[in-house]
Amino acid sequence: MIRLEHVTKVYDITIAVNDFSLEVAKGEVCVLIGPSGCGKTTTLRMINRLIEPTSGKIYIDGKDTSQIKPEQLRLSIGYAIQSVGLFPHLSVAQNIATVPELLHWDRKRVARRVDELLELVGLNPREYARKYPRELSGGEAQRIGVARALAADPPILLMDEPFGAVDPLTRERLQAQFVRIQQEVRKTVILVTHDLDEAIRLADRIAIMAAGKLVQHDTPETILSRPSNKFVHDFVGTDRALKRLSRISITNFIRQSSSVNVNAPVKEVMAACDKCRWVWVVNDAGQLVGWIDRTTLPEGGSVKEAIVQVKPEEIAVLTSATLREALSRMLGQGFRSVPVVDDKVRLIGEVTLRDIESATAETETS
Amino acid sequence: MRRPQIKDWVLLAALIAAFATLMANTHLWVATLRLLFPAEAQVIHPRASPLTLLLEHLALVAISSSITILIGVPLGIWVTRRSGRNFLPIVTDLTSFGQTFPPIAVLALAVPVLGFGVLPTVVALFLYGLMPVVRNTIAGLNAVPHDLIDAAYGMGMSRIQALLRVEIPLSARVILAGIRISVIINIGTAMIGAAIGAGGLGSPIIAGLVLDNLAYIIEGALPAAVLAVLADQLLTNVEQSFVY
Repeated sequence: MIRLEHVTKVYDITIAVNDFSLEVAKGEVCVLIGPSGCGKTTTLRMINRLIEPTSGKIYIDGKDTSQIKPEQLRLSIGYAIQSVGLFPHLSVAQNIATVPELLHWDRKRVARRVDELLELVGLNPREYARKYPRELSGGEAQRIGVARALAADPPILLMDEPFGAVDPLTRERLQAQFVRIQQEVRKTVILVTHDLDEAIRLADRIAIMAAGKLVQHDTPETILSRPSNKFVHDFVGTDRALKRLSRISITNFIRQSSSVNVNAPVKEVMAACDKCRWVWVVNDAGQLVGWIDRTTLPEGGSVKEAIVQVKPEEIAVLTSATLREALSRMLGQGFRSVPVVDDKVRLIGEVTLRDIESATAETETS
Repeated sequence: MRRPQIKDWVLLAALIAAFATLMANTHLWVATLRLLFPAEAQVIHPRASPLTLLLEHLALVAISSSITILIGVPLGIWVTRRSGRNFLPIVTDLTSFGQTFPPIAVLALAVPVLGFGVLPTVVALFLYGLMPVVRNTIAGLNAVPHDLIDAAYGMGMSRIQALLRVEIPLSARVILAGIRISVIINIGTAMIGAAIGAGGLGSPIIAGLVLDNLAYIIEGALPAAVLAVLADQLLTNVEQSFVY
């Protein structure tokens, strides 16, 4: 889909990008990462010809981009940047409509597309379409920026630290949303970041750059488990094992857990499980409400009187979580297992510390 | 700063209408000035009615300011483009020079070439008002955040599209401020046009100075002052409509 061949960019006496070759397959998310000044943004901007390479060729779908008019090329490539760059004098709808209007879409089609995209990025069209950028929070602006980049449904998306300018919590939400959107739209994405966790989270493949050169181009798993040289090894850091956990979904590690209804009599707790010490407590809808310790169980009465009530959002993880999040919850709560709930807080099962340990051991040896 | 509301526009329109009505009422002028200056034989300039003088004045300002805008804004745009960037220093120097040069001197130099009347006055006013327009156009365009222009190009806008859709709308407020300053300067400076027969509100002032008639001077000065204030408010309102 996108192929860079021996691309070099020289500024006066500094070589920003040095004989850089890379291939990104259709529908793949490739994250360009490296320390500041490694040439990752320059590389990105050469793809849509905001910067012209000094030498080398860039092909999109086999076509040499230097033969395409820059404006024409850019109209077919979505572009999202860290500062978002929403136009302050235009409403959210007009901002999103920028490229469709440059392409002379008719008004109805543009309006439909704007609504569609606002829905896609999780913002209510009726509420947001007429707002102005100054009325948006940082996270909302970033989402509009992504919507604008996707407006004309370009097959390729270039993103330069698109989640860089927001607080960590918002960034995580935006990343999760990006993963969801990407599953839906399947664009070929090249994303620049300096945040390794972000790269690991989002990338199908990571291209690590240093001093204008490509150092390693591989899946996150491989980069974490087999760094190709000392630079990559140092770059990914000493918490590689933890980072690797964030690539593993908990889905395959969820095991059946024992639970009792909050309105049941205490003796049912004994029946629910006879070896385990803790039992999760759910309400009639199957939603997690607390847990109960069998060793401190009173003789009679109902479960309701003996449970430790919990806020599910504090102790449970969603089915979409990674092992890293599960581990983090366990360490935070001092538990040896963490309950897994669905998006309606219904108890699905649990993940245990032992399972995470074995998962780490497996990937270590693989 | 806030955008002007409908009530701001209504208030301004009412003030302008009141001003025009007063200017059109010559009898009122005569009666009021006679009350203030009973000793003067004549209290308003006999050459033309106050309204005619005002309209002459407005015409001078309108013509010279239009030329200033039509030349100043494109000039400011051109020297901030790649093709004209080399001319930026010389253009700013020349326009500053145009303003440091006293308009009365321009008139003195223009009369032998262009003769008396409206034409040399318009030339002097044009040169005098050019700097604020050019300077503010340059400043406004240079102040457009670079990442917005980058986003515009990145999305596929051509240079002209980025200029028209992004750069000019975002610098409109600053450009309009330059135009406002230029117009206000012109309203004041257009007074001197009367010295070489261009008419306008300067005529009764010059006549009043020559004949030592204070009523004449007031007939010229007062409307000019009100005109400047109203024009300033009108252009400020337009300018504030471009606050984002």
